[in-house]
Amino acid sequence: MNSYTDLPLIEQAILTLSALVLLSSFALLAQSRVIATIKMFAWQGALLSVATVLVASDTGEHHLYFSAAMTLVLKVIFIPWLLIYQSRRLGILRDFDAVIRPGITLLIASALVIFCYSVVEPIQQYAASITRDAIALSLAVVMLSMLMLITRRKAITQVVAFMALENGLFFAAITTTQGMPMVVELGVAFDVLVATVIFGVFFFHIRDSIESLDVDQLNRLSENTK
Amino acid sequence: MVDYLSPISWLLALSQTVLFIMAAPLFVNWVKRIKCYLQNRKPPVFLQSYRDLRRLFTKQLVLSHTASPLFRIAPYIVFGTSLMAASVVPFIIAQVPAAAMADAIVLVGLFALGRFFLALAGMDVGTSFGGMGSSREMTIIALAEPAMLIVVFTMAMVAETTNLSTIIIHTLNSPLSLRPSLLFAFTALVLVGIAETGRIPVDNPASHLELTMIHEAMLLEYSGRHLALMEFAAHIKLMIYAVLIANLFIPWGIVTDTTFINILIAVIAITFKLAILGIILAAGETAVAKMRIFKVPTFLAVAFTIALVGMLSAIILEAD
Repeated sequence: MNSYTDLPLIEQAILTLSALVLLSSFALLAQSRVIATIKMFAWQGALLSVATVLVASDTGEHHLYFSAAMTLVLKVIFIPWLLIYQSRRLGILRDFDAVIRPGITLLIASALVIFCYSVVEPIQQYAASITRDAIALSLAVVMLSMLMLITRRKAITQVVAFMALENGLFFAAITTTQGMPMVVELGVAFDVLVATVIFGVFFFHIRDSIESLDVDQLNRLSENTK
Repeated sequence: MVDYLSPISWLLALSQTVLFIMAAPLFVNWVKRIKCYLQNRKPPVFLQSYRDLRRLFTKQLVLSHTASPLFRIAPYIVFGTSLMAASVVPFIIAQVPAAAMADAIVLVGLFALGRFFLALAGMDVGTSFGGMGSSREMTIIALAEPAMLIVVFTMAMVAETTNLSTIIIHTLNSPLSLRPSLLFAFTALVLVGIAETGRIPVDNPASHLELTMIHEAMLLEYSGRHLALMEFAAHIKLMIYAVLIANLFIPWGIVTDTTFINILIAVIAITFKLAILGIILAAGETAVAKMRIFKVPTFLAVAFTIALVGMLSAIILEAD
């Protein structure tokens, strides 16, 4: 008999949610509009926060409820709101960010997931947590966010990718060790918050200096940008 | 276990297939009726699809003088493959003896064979619409088929077989569980089914608008009984996808041991499931606009990705 069916429903729900988080990473990778990317990031945060609540109630680690609440407030509400507000002020809310060959990107992404699985498999045997199967998925979320960082041109979508990368790390922390110590998590959350604000300031600086948020133009060294 | 040699089980399978085929126009008409209600139009009568088919069967056949023999035999092949496919899919009885001959991969192959001749027939007469329809159909199917196959493989991994009957029995016997792989496979199968059966948002089955039609463009030169067979085949195909979705993922109610009362329950259950599916399909078609033809690859890429994530989660999350 398949052992998956022997798991209690809540653990099956956690695994299903982790698969959905992975799917949201794929979706992030495929979005081309700035606003859609930010919204998808908010959805990923929401999935993550629900998954955290489920892990918390499954393991009885109460500090995970705080992490879930923090994820909800920061990554679902505040950071997306801030990013949307900034891109509206920059006038790029409905801009396209050219995804480089979406078909190939998705294929590379699938290959990355398989790669992550094969890398994580030896580690999984030593992990004691019930959600150890999700370690590969959380690593995959990190890798997909890195892929998104490479394939994007606009600074704002790259920032979203960076935040998604942090989502992946957070997810890995939940699934492997039932969450980091509260102090570390608070620190990381605060860092992410500060990073968003600083990135926001940078958006305006980048735009003021090169009149665009397309970071490919930063490769040129000459003063007179044609 | 099913007895492959007993005439009774073959008789049951045969009558199930006949029932399947006869119910297909009814299902299509049901979707049409619900759509009419939702759009405040006067719905066609319940048996309208049968009437249409009968009218077409009795009408005179008009053949273009450029038509080759292939154009004449294509409707029979298309209808024949649909018939074969319908006989493989468990409809009321789970253990079909025919399922031993053809598993889910053969089912995909049968669809491909029918479609191949459909596309050839579209190009045969040499009208620009036919060629356009064929090329579009092939573009869409080339993208939809991998997604469909990955769904099949996911199901095969979960149930450890590609035999449709055994998959259903496996789902019935295993305890109720929330499987991400099946969730994604279900979603992907719905998306692929929409693309393959040419429903909104990929193709509009009711439209003869020159620039948007795909399936209708290939049938444009057909008339009389040929057209009837082609339309009938399209009805059966929609029915096959609906039954696949209903029976693979929500198999409860299907007959596993053949008694009269069980068959009665199964008929009621599948009618209920198909009615619900039809309502959902009609509501979806009313709510969504047809997408641009160049957006269809993206739609199918989404289906493929969902199917792939489903298969990956079957490997990563659900392995023993």
